[in-house]
Amino acid sequence: MSGRSGVRTLSYRDAIREAMLEEMRRDPRVVVFCEDARFWTMPTNGFVDEFGPDRVPIMPISEEGFTGAAIGAAMTGVRPIVDYTIANLMYVAWDQIVNHAAKNRYLFGGQASVPIVFRAAMKYANATAAQHSDRPYPQLMNVPGLKIVVPSNPADALGLLKSAIRDDDPVVYFEPLRLWGAKGEVPVGDHLVPLGRAAVAREGRDATVVAIGDAVPAALKAAEGLASDGVEVEVVDPRTLVPLDTATILASVAKTGRLIIADPAHKTCGAAAEIAAVVAEEGFASLRGPIARVVAPDVHPPFSPALERLMYPTPARIAAAVEAAVADSHPKELTAQ
Amino acid sequence: MDRERQLDAMRRMLRIRRFEEAAMDIVRKGQGIAGSVHLCIGQEAAIVGSCLALRADDFTVGYHRSHGHPIAKGAALGPLMAELMGRRTGVCRGKGGSMHLADFAVGSLGETAIVGAGIPQAAGAAYGARIRGSDQVALAFFGDGAANIGSFHEGLNLAAAWRLGAVFVCENNLYAMSTALADTMAGESIAARAAAYAMPGVAVDGQDVVAVYEAVRAAVDRARGGGGPTLVEARTYRYRDHAEYGGLDLGHRPAEELEAWRARDPLDLHRARLLADGVSERELDELAEAAAEEVRAAVQFAKTSPAPEPEELLEDLWATPVGAPGHGPGPGPEPASTPEVVG
Repeated sequence: MSGRSGVRTLSYRDAIREAMLEEMRRDPRVVVFCEDARFWTMPTNGFVDEFGPDRVPIMPISEEGFTGAAIGAAMTGVRPIVDYTIANLMYVAWDQIVNHAAKNRYLFGGQASVPIVFRAAMKYANATAAQHSDRPYPQLMNVPGLKIVVPSNPADALGLLKSAIRDDDPVVYFEPLRLWGAKGEVPVGDHLVPLGRAAVAREGRDATVVAIGDAVPAALKAAEGLASDGVEVEVVDPRTLVPLDTATILASVAKTGRLIIADPAHKTCGAAAEIAAVVAEEGFASLRGPIARVVAPDVHPPFSPALERLMYPTPARIAAAVEAAVADSHPKELTAQ
Repeated sequence: MDRERQLDAMRRMLRIRRFEEAAMDIVRKGQGIAGSVHLCIGQEAAIVGSCLALRADDFTVGYHRSHGHPIAKGAALGPLMAELMGRRTGVCRGKGGSMHLADFAVGSLGETAIVGAGIPQAAGAAYGARIRGSDQVALAFFGDGAANIGSFHEGLNLAAAWRLGAVFVCENNLYAMSTALADTMAGESIAARAAAYAMPGVAVDGQDVVAVYEAVRAAVDRARGGGGPTLVEARTYRYRDHAEYGGLDLGHRPAEELEAWRARDPLDLHRARLLADGVSERELDELAEAAAEEVRAAVQFAKTSPAPEPEELLEDLWATPVGAPGHGPGPGPEPASTPEVVG
């Protein structure tokens, strides 16, 4: 914790830890459900000493059970943070998340609030093969009633998690595990990032790259390289996928006329598909050429690092897509501005 | 059980019976209950005996056959019937229907149509009471079919491992839809499974409202006193088929079985007990008429209530709607701090 006045440097992992600590100190109804929460690698390491075994209970390997318990607790005034530690483990609790956490408020005519944060670290690009490497947020974007967050840097990891904990709706908070070690400046004090607000991570006039999760640092790196060739890329980080800040995305595309979407999730029905559809419906007149997606192919993450490294967006792939989009564009005066 | 509570038990069982008969009648005549309807006629003693053992501020979680549970917990009948009819005055504003009644005002945390899913939720409500420093107890109702699904075992294990103030009441009516329990469970007793979770397991005559009350009362006292959870198996029977199929019967049960259970009807048994205890016929008839009148009024309320307005389709999804202050797309984007990937 050093740096300029009003700013501290934290890793993404420590930002998550800090957000939980701050919110648990602020509100005695915030609790954490996490298997192996006491283990030294966990952001919750040491929490039981400060908050006691009731607020940080020892968890059996029982995802369906403790997710259901979190829902019952949430409907009666508690604010659980449920950490699945690996996003794929959510599937074991799918019924409780999809059929209950997401639906109870609607089913009961607004009587229930289910203020849970579901934390899901995504271990892809880590040679853990298909059952530990999913990026399941597109599946849950198809479930009304869940807010969905994918922070790409420590400041947002902190500010979005604090907002998610305070939100009265269920929020699914996806963490690209390979960002856990990434460091960045985080404002000192009660730093809140509102849900549903995109960030323009870099401004540019020639092409918009909407990037999700760890595709954001990859897109920024691509933009740096392209700038030296005279192509100015604007990088938009939605940060929250539900609700999606379509206004910021559409404003950027209106400015640049070109859209590339970089997302480590699968292509079919993904976040990138949704963003492309929104721009096609509401921003078609701004487009100077086809929308491009830099996403994972519709195949499972393989174990072999030699194969898995072909899966996800990289700076080189994003840069190539931007260059192709710039080459394959109408002159700006032909678009119906 | 004292005299006043015994009369209250009769009153609540009558309310449920008349309510279910009225719902059946509306379904049969096509007067405006759509979708799946699962009636609990025959199981009233298990439901009422359990709810009478609870305090008004205790919690219940129900399942797909759960019109009776909020009634037993004290919910107003009109909004329940209006919910079955999909009216905007329904207790869930027409969003839940027959399988999702909920009345948070009386501690009814809602019913789930997913077998067994409410069991860990009740454990969670009991955990929540501990966190909030409250001695409220949470009770999960479920059927025998739920005893074979994972959430039953995970919920009981959590409640026992954390010593939660939860009570699990299995209404064993012998059939999971059309499938006999005996064909899907090697053992005969659901209560016996409690031993695996180091909690008491109690089997009780589910037709006898006083017996159920006493068993659940002991479990509730134990839960409230910090002694942990209990599994109660109330052996009972549903008179109707799994659901109302418009006159169709699955035909999966022998007729003599139904008749044998009807001979031990929970309302008749309790009425006989009250008469033997010196309650007059007239007093009991007045209770019955009062319940019938309450249900007639509920049906009248429901039938004369309006349907939801089209804009209500999109309401009740979010507690903090998109676009609320400080939330959702605002006046413009904020610059993000630039991440620096280490290593």
